[in-house]
This record gives sequence, structure tokens and C-alpha cells, in this order.
Amino acid sequence: MSAAALLAVEGLSISFPGAAAGERMRVVDRVSLSIAPGETLALVGESGCGKSMSALAVMRLVPKPGRIEAGSRIAFEGRDLLSLPVPEMRALRGARIGMIFQEPMTSLNPVVTAGEQVREAIELHAPLSRGDARKRVLELFAQVGIPDPATRFDAYPHQLSGGLKQRVMIAMAMAMRPRLLIADEPTTALDATIRAQILELLRNLSASTGTAVLLITHDFGVVNEVADRVAVMYAGGIVETGTRHELLSRPRHPYTQGLLRSIPRPEARGGRLAEIAGAVPRPGHWPPGCRFHPRCPHAFQPCPVEEPQPTGVSETQAASCHLVAREVGS
Amino acid sequence: MHQVSNIVVVLLALGAVWLWRRVAQDRFWRENTLALWRRRRLAVLTVGVYVAIALLDSIAWIDPASEANALTSGKPRTIIDRIFQPETFREASYSAPLARVSFYGGQPLAHPGKHLLGTDLLGRDVVYRTLKGVRVALLIGGLTSLVVIPIALLFGVSAGYWGGRIDDGVFFAMTVLASVPSLLLLIALIMVLGKGTVQVCVALGVTGWVHFCRIARGETLKLREADFVAAARALGVSDGAIIRRHILPNLAHLVIITFALTFTALVLSETILSYLGIGLDGSWGQMIDQARNELSRTPIVWWNLAGASVALFALVLAVNLIADALRDIVDPRTHREEL
Repeated sequence: MSAAALLAVEGLSISFPGAAAGERMRVVDRVSLSIAPGETLALVGESGCGKSMSALAVMRLVPKPGRIEAGSRIAFEGRDLLSLPVPEMRALRGARIGMIFQEPMTSLNPVVTAGEQVREAIELHAPLSRGDARKRVLELFAQVGIPDPATRFDAYPHQLSGGLKQRVMIAMAMAMRPRLLIADEPTTALDATIRAQILELLRNLSASTGTAVLLITHDFGVVNEVADRVAVMYAGGIVETGTRHELLSRPRHPYTQGLLRSIPRPEARGGRLAEIAGAVPRPGHWPPGCRFHPRCPHAFQPCPVEEPQPTGVSETQAASCHLVAREVGS
Repeated sequence: MHQVSNIVVVLLALGAVWLWRRVAQDRFWRENTLALWRRRRLAVLTVGVYVAIALLDSIAWIDPASEANALTSGKPRTIIDRIFQPETFREASYSAPLARVSFYGGQPLAHPGKHLLGTDLLGRDVVYRTLKGVRVALLIGGLTSLVVIPIALLFGVSAGYWGGRIDDGVFFAMTVLASVPSLLLLIALIMVLGKGTVQVCVALGVTGWVHFCRIARGETLKLREADFVAAARALGVSDGAIIRRHILPNLAHLVIITFALTFTALVLSETILSYLGIGLDGSWGQMIDQARNELSRTPIVWWNLAGASVALFALVLAVNLIADALRDIVDPRTHREEL
């Protein structure tokens, strides 16, 4: 982990109360990742693997009764976020770290105009007059590609399309030029053509403002378009990290390989889609050893008992897999 | 006492001007007000007339000694009083509408053919009494709502937003209140607080907030989990600001509708209190209560009951119609237009 990392997460664990009294069930288990300034990291995984929880933990917004376990460390710009007093953390949210959500349809307050909501976001962190703040909102609207910003300023969310709403959300998140933007499935609720536009917008904004992006997605198409680096999560843990090129062309972990094989391809039309046998284990029911071993086609002896550690495959790629460890070792 | 009501009239007028300007400024409220006007013109006009009568009946002053006669000296008289001159515009007892002779006995009247709705047992003009009842009715509805809505919002929103112990406490209070027969509680409260406009309104308010509190709590529970509240948290908005800017505005349509509905319920419930002898002086409830004694007579004395009932019915119907239209109009989510 480089010293210059903008965000460094180490050993992050998040737990929820289990079925029995006093029992805690982990949904995220010792996750480590880092993002350099200006970099786009895609966090990929199936639903329920803990990727959204990890992102909320960075904002310290894990919903109750969830809890970030002791021993977790989240450093942002060299500051330890987990020990930050609440008011300072609140000042950081929105100003230094922005966030956009999956559902643009419901992420805007229905009874406040779009412009007013973005203006609130600005006035929260910057001492601007109402007029100046309005001007800044119109600038932002233009910047995120909202046509006719002055009209849209006074529009209520129900008068805007999904794509426009997501642009308003992005304008809100980018209002204070944060150093880090957390985008939780920003395009999942949008249709394909709008998705491409929004991704391009995110890429351009990131490039022009130097904002790093933590992009949470389950879609390798999205990964391919915007990510610099990729981290793949399975059952609460990171199984493989690497640059986009490495992961998409030479995935080493059997889970990553399985995911990539199960993407529908036009040339394979009519054939049966490859799948990963079995189902994702529920939190609290993770198998011992490597959590993927019951579904892994290559599972062998140490897998069911011993937890694999990250093994470096190259400078930038690492996979937590016994098979990879043996291949690299030999 | 009459100075207070004069000041309230001034404050209400200032409030109306302020509200008018706010409505004119904001497109959302301007359009909705216009929509309400288009849909419920008659109901809005009816309520407007009632409000005007109540205001005319609230502006009072004492005549200077030189102008006053023995009957009016030292007493504040409202504009309505001055129009009707009830001290002299009266009969000895019952007279039928527009009658020339008294109902019992057939003596000639002091003001033959002038009492549009006749006179009551004490010879008071029924039109005058009906108009005097307007202010009482609006006071009950308005003042009590001023007690009910803040209490219900405070408890409901904090219970819904923070949950846990606060929620337990509020829910306990609501359950206890809901399990006591509200009429008995009302009577007990009025016995403790004493009779009087403010006392009766407070008693009605204290027993009446549970219903709206439950609605506010439920709606807050839903809003608390809304994506836009999560988004506000991610922007670093504090709890207080989230409640003020995101929860309360989303409850506004409920507040308006609840206000209208509580209003009518309260005006009606005052009738029952009058029936039990703890109503407000000069209310329609008292008129109806007095009229009750006359219904068994032949020929029947109907105009007393008719005056109060029609006035009550028209007000309640108009407010209910407005509430119904507001429900559709105020909620922006029911609008379907794309920009």
C-alpha cells in the first residue's frame, strides 16, 4: 500500500447482530483496499457481498444496528476517519468525499426543486451568498451536461427524467470538488444509452477535477469503460485486485474467471450461458477456509481448511487463492 | 379581553399578507392555490365568508361615554354587534321567521317582519346568534389545531426519526391516551382547567393529537429510510437540518389535510360538549342544545335549530371539500408532467 494513497482501508470488518442474542455476524471481513489520488477503482461483486457496506463504512454511514469492528482502519488524506469526531466527519462528507447512489429516482427530495437541493449542498460547506450559490449551481448543471440549467433549477424531481436526476445527483456530489467520489451502482437504474452518457460524464469529471472515484458495480461492462483498477469481492472479502487490463484479460482467481465467463457475449448467442455452480453463501454461513471452495472447480486440499492469503501475481495484481499461491510458488 | 382579539385580527391580517406573498413567490404553492381555487370555488368562497364574519365579530371597541346609552356603556361591541344592535333589536320571546306577531300569544312584535329567522326563547334574533357562532366555531377549530399539530409533529417526528426509547415513550403515551374514553377525559380536563374558550381548546387539543401523531410517526419512519435522506447524510447534513429540510416539508401535505379534517371534527365535537353543558358560550352547539327543547312542541319551533345546523353543515361541508381537493393537489407526486 503506497504512502501517497488518498484512501487506505485496512482490515475493515462490519458486523450485524446475528440470530442468537449477543452474536455478531460479519458481512464484511478484513477488507483492505487503497485508492490513489485521481484514480478510479471499481469494486465488483454480486449482491450481498458487502461492497455497498464497505463504501458506506468509508462515509461512516453504516446503518444501525451494523457496526464497524475494532481493528478496522480507514485513512483518508492521512487522517484516521474512524476516530474522527462526529462534527468533523460531517464536515468531511459532501465536502471532501462525495457520494452518489443507485436510485436517482428516489435520491432527490420530491418537494424541493432540483436547484435548491444542490444549492443546499453548497451552502452547507461554503459561505456563499444565495445569488453566488445559485450561479455555482448553474455552472455545475452545465458541467454535468444538464441542458437549459436555468429552467432545470426550478424543476421538481418528478419533472426530470432518470438520467437528468442522476446528473443532478452527480452535480450535488461534485459541488464541493471532493477528492473522492463514491459511486454506488450509479448506472444500474438507468437504461443502456443513458448509462453510457453517465459513465462518460463520470470519467470526464474525474479526469478534469482530479477526483478519485470508488465505483461500486456488478457490471463488467461498466468496469471496462471507466475503471483504472479493479477489486473483486466475494462473501465479504476481497478475492482479487489488479489493473483493469490484468483482471479483464488475465483473471487469476477462479471466482473472477467464473464471473467473466458468465458475461453474455454476442458471438455465443443461442448457446448456454456459463454459470458458477452453487449459490452465494449468506453472511454468517460462510464456509471455513477459502469461502469460495464449495463452488470452485479447482478446489483441492488446503482450500476447505486454510484461508488463502493475497498472493502477488505481478506488481499490481494479487489474488487470494491457494491455487494461485502454488502456481506462483513453484 | 377585546384588545387581545383586536391584536389577533391584526396579526392574522399580517400573516395573510405574508402567506399571500410567499404563495405568489413560489411557483409550486402558487399553482396549487390556483388549482384549489379552480376546483373548489364555492367551498373556498364559503370559507372566505365565514372567515370574514369571524373577523368582523373580532374587531371590538368601547363607545366613548358621550355616545353610549345605558345598555351599551362600558361594553366592547364588535362590528357585528353594531350592525344588529341586539340590545334593542329583540322581542319578548319566540317569533317565527318574518312574523308580525309573537309565536305564543299573538302580541304584536317590536320589529314586525324584520327577523329573517325569527327569535329564540329570550327573544334574540336567530340570524344574529348564528353569525355570532361563526367566530366561536373558527376559534375552536383554529386554536385547537394550533395545539394539536405542533404536539403531534414534535412527538411523531422525533419518535419516528430517532426511534428507540423516544419511540417507546411516545407510543406509550399514545396508547394510554387512546385507551381512555376521550369524552370522559375531556370532561375531566375541562373540570380541572375551568370553562372558557382557551381551556376548552386546550382540553380538545390534549386529547386530540394522538391520531395525527400516529400518522406523522409512520410517515417519518418511511421518510427516514428514504434515499434522499441517505443522500443528505452523505452530504454531511445534520439530524436537525434533515428533519427541518427533508422530513417536515414532506409532511406538509399531511399537515394541511389533517388541519382541515381536525378542524371539522373539532367543530362537530363542540356540539357534543354543548349538549353535555360544557360547550362554549354562544356556539352553534348551544343553539342546537336549546332548540332541542322546542322540537316536541306543536306547532314546532324549527328556526333555531335550522339556523345553527345549516351554518354548521355549510362550514363543515366546505372545509371537507377543500381538504379533499387539497389531498389531490398538494402532493407533488400526484402531478404527472415532464419538463
